[in-house]
Amino acid sequence: MEERSTAVKLIVKQLRIACRRGIVFSCLAVLALLFGAEALAQTKNTCLDCHAVFDPPLGVKAEQFAQDIHAQKGLTCVSCHGGDPASEEPARAMSAAAGFRGKIKRNQIPGLCARCHSDGSYMRQFNPSLRTDQHAQYLTSVHGKRLARGDTKVAVCTDCHGVHDLRPARDARSKVHPLNVAATCARCHASAEYMKGYPIPTDQFASYSASVHHDALVVRGDLSAPTCTTCHGNHGAAPPGVASVEFVCSTCHVFQAQLFDKSPHKAAFSAMGLPACVTCHSNHRILRPTDAMIGTGKDSVCLNCHSAGGPGYVAAEEIHRQLNSLEGALARSDEVLNRAESSGMEVSQARLDQGQARDALTKARVTIHAFQVARVQEDIQPGMKVAEQTYQAGVKALAERDYRRKGLAISLVTILIVLIGLRLYTRHLEANQPARRG
Amino acid sequence: MLARVRDWLDQRFGWAELIAPLKKKTVPSHRFSYWYFLGGITLFLFLIQVGTGILLLLYYRASANEAFESVQYIMTQVQFGWLVRSIHSWAANLMILTAFLHMFSVLFLRAYRKPRELTWVSGMVLLVLSLGFGFSGYLLPWNTLAFFATKVGTEVAGQVPLVGRWLVIFLRGGEEVTGATLTRFFGFHVALLPGITTIFLALHLLLVQRFGISVPPSVERERQAPGRGAHEIHFFPNFLLRELMAWYVALGVLGVLAALLPWELGTKADPFAPAPAGIKPEWYFMFMFQTLKMLPAKIWFIDGELLGVLIFAAAGLLWLLLPFFDPEGRGRAQHWILGAGIFALTYIAGMTAYAYMAK
Repeated sequence: MEERSTAVKLIVKQLRIACRRGIVFSCLAVLALLFGAEALAQTKNTCLDCHAVFDPPLGVKAEQFAQDIHAQKGLTCVSCHGGDPASEEPARAMSAAAGFRGKIKRNQIPGLCARCHSDGSYMRQFNPSLRTDQHAQYLTSVHGKRLARGDTKVAVCTDCHGVHDLRPARDARSKVHPLNVAATCARCHASAEYMKGYPIPTDQFASYSASVHHDALVVRGDLSAPTCTTCHGNHGAAPPGVASVEFVCSTCHVFQAQLFDKSPHKAAFSAMGLPACVTCHSNHRILRPTDAMIGTGKDSVCLNCHSAGGPGYVAAEEIHRQLNSLEGALARSDEVLNRAESSGMEVSQARLDQGQARDALTKARVTIHAFQVARVQEDIQPGMKVAEQTYQAGVKALAERDYRRKGLAISLVTILIVLIGLRLYTRHLEANQPARRG
Repeated sequence: MLARVRDWLDQRFGWAELIAPLKKKTVPSHRFSYWYFLGGITLFLFLIQVGTGILLLLYYRASANEAFESVQYIMTQVQFGWLVRSIHSWAANLMILTAFLHMFSVLFLRAYRKPRELTWVSGMVLLVLSLGFGFSGYLLPWNTLAFFATKVGTEVAGQVPLVGRWLVIFLRGGEEVTGATLTRFFGFHVALLPGITTIFLALHLLLVQRFGISVPPSVERERQAPGRGAHEIHFFPNFLLRELMAWYVALGVLGVLAALLPWELGTKADPFAPAPAGIKPEWYFMFMFQTLKMLPAKIWFIDGELLGVLIFAAAGLLWLLLPFFDPEGRGRAQHWILGAGIFALTYIAGMTAYAYMAK
């Protein structure tokens, strides 16, 4: 306090000197210093004086907390933990009288966060578009329900979002950024030790890591590709039930879901109590689908239910044949066009047209979810027609190449004959001319 | 029939009188004579360029929206369009190659000596015009490689002191390479450059005719020896028939290249796409491109690229004025010129090879 009053006296003295000299600018600068010193005194945070030197879990580095979104929005330790951060005395700073809450119990964390995050009018001043139903959703989640029953091992807000260095989900360093969500969930769900006592497997993360979804998200960097929370929900995380799996997948795979709904499989799966989609494609280990999945080969999933001779077996075989025929036609057209291209022939239009046949194949691969041969055939036929046209374009280009080469050979022979003729003629001419010497 | 036509022409234009000097005209013949065919072959390739260029004009459309498609149409739909376009592209490259070889052969055989200084200067101007044809024609198919190479090439022009920025805007028709650049390059390629080239080509041929073909000093010395004389052949028909043979050989090479390696079209330029890897100019600009690429950003206090452009400009000017340093073909200057020629040839060939190997 003594130091502070000395500083203020010094500033006032400087102010007098400056004003006497009539230097307005100096006055303003000193005033700015004065108010700056006052503001500094108001935001004094003594918590970090001690906690910055402690080891975890009590230790919080100032630079670590400075990265926290709450710190950036002006919140401090006291906002969650209470107490008097202006006090230099630990006993007073962390007294019940000052509202000190200390370490927040796990079962109190969701409620504490919800004090602000469920208050729409309060949150609006920081981020008007941020949802405020996280706590309500959490209460419906498996985590929330178990916590309410006294199971404090389940995830609470800080387990997923972190604490003291909490970053917004769009920040790639955030634990809940799409690229990091699976690893965050796996911290508990992939640990057989931690999950002991819970009746769920712990191989989800390993399975997901081998899936086409993980490939799209992590390898291809497509942040819209699904991760754990996309299918299970984030704050209201729960496994989708048998009946609702289809709705989960259909949020992205719209056409497949529509076709499946009208297919004979819809009623059959319901009757057998089988979930849609995952029965054939699995849940976490969703591999890149291949044409071999449909049909009667060893990799076919149809054979899990259909046996030889049955109508389903016959239909699967035919659909597989259709897909194969277009794929084969495209490969044949590719081969001939490659040969033409490597001979320097211009076949870019045929290459462009091939795209239509490839589109037809992609469309047919979606249509197979109707499980009707005729529907698949409707998509395959136009593709076959285009593949045949592009093949013919390649054959024509090769014929043209051969024609050019024949033309070249004839031209070269003609040129050679003319050259020989000219040489003979000049020799004859020069033999009959008298030598000219200058 | 031929005699009647000749009589008809003779009565009206004095044909016999007109061609009399040609009948008398002789051309020196010696062991280096074959080098002089390079000039004739360059002329032949230029004439092919004019012919095929006119044919391409029947279908080509000079706009950013249609240029690529029109060339694609020429290559795939037009009868023998592929041949015309391939010959045009290959002949362009061969013409620049033979022009370079012609220039170096003239230099090493010291054919630039008095009184042929202006023949050298007009030939140099024609070489620069040929490079201008190559640079402007490269963009016309509006494909990715040409688009970005033109972008890089016109950027280099921006390094010219004082007028650089103006020059870039003049070449591009704006700040960036756009459809306006294409239209402008088309104008340069089919109107401006052919017009100027015709004048300089006429002058060059006139000078060649006026002064005749040079005899290298070493051959001249041999001829002065007792018992030796200058061997000459008739210009018409002997020399012209030999020239015709050279042209036929060039035609055969051109046919092989056009038929077996048709000139590629690539993909249509997309100004909004990022520049693909491996952007490079035509081979005849490679030595300059690679040099500018290898120069450090700053040399002393001068921008490296600017210094490179200035050095090339100064070297080009000295090269143009080269005959004036050695008008008689004797004295110490001839050794310097020979050294400069060997250095230039080695540098151009070496740097071009390095550019392709270094990627």
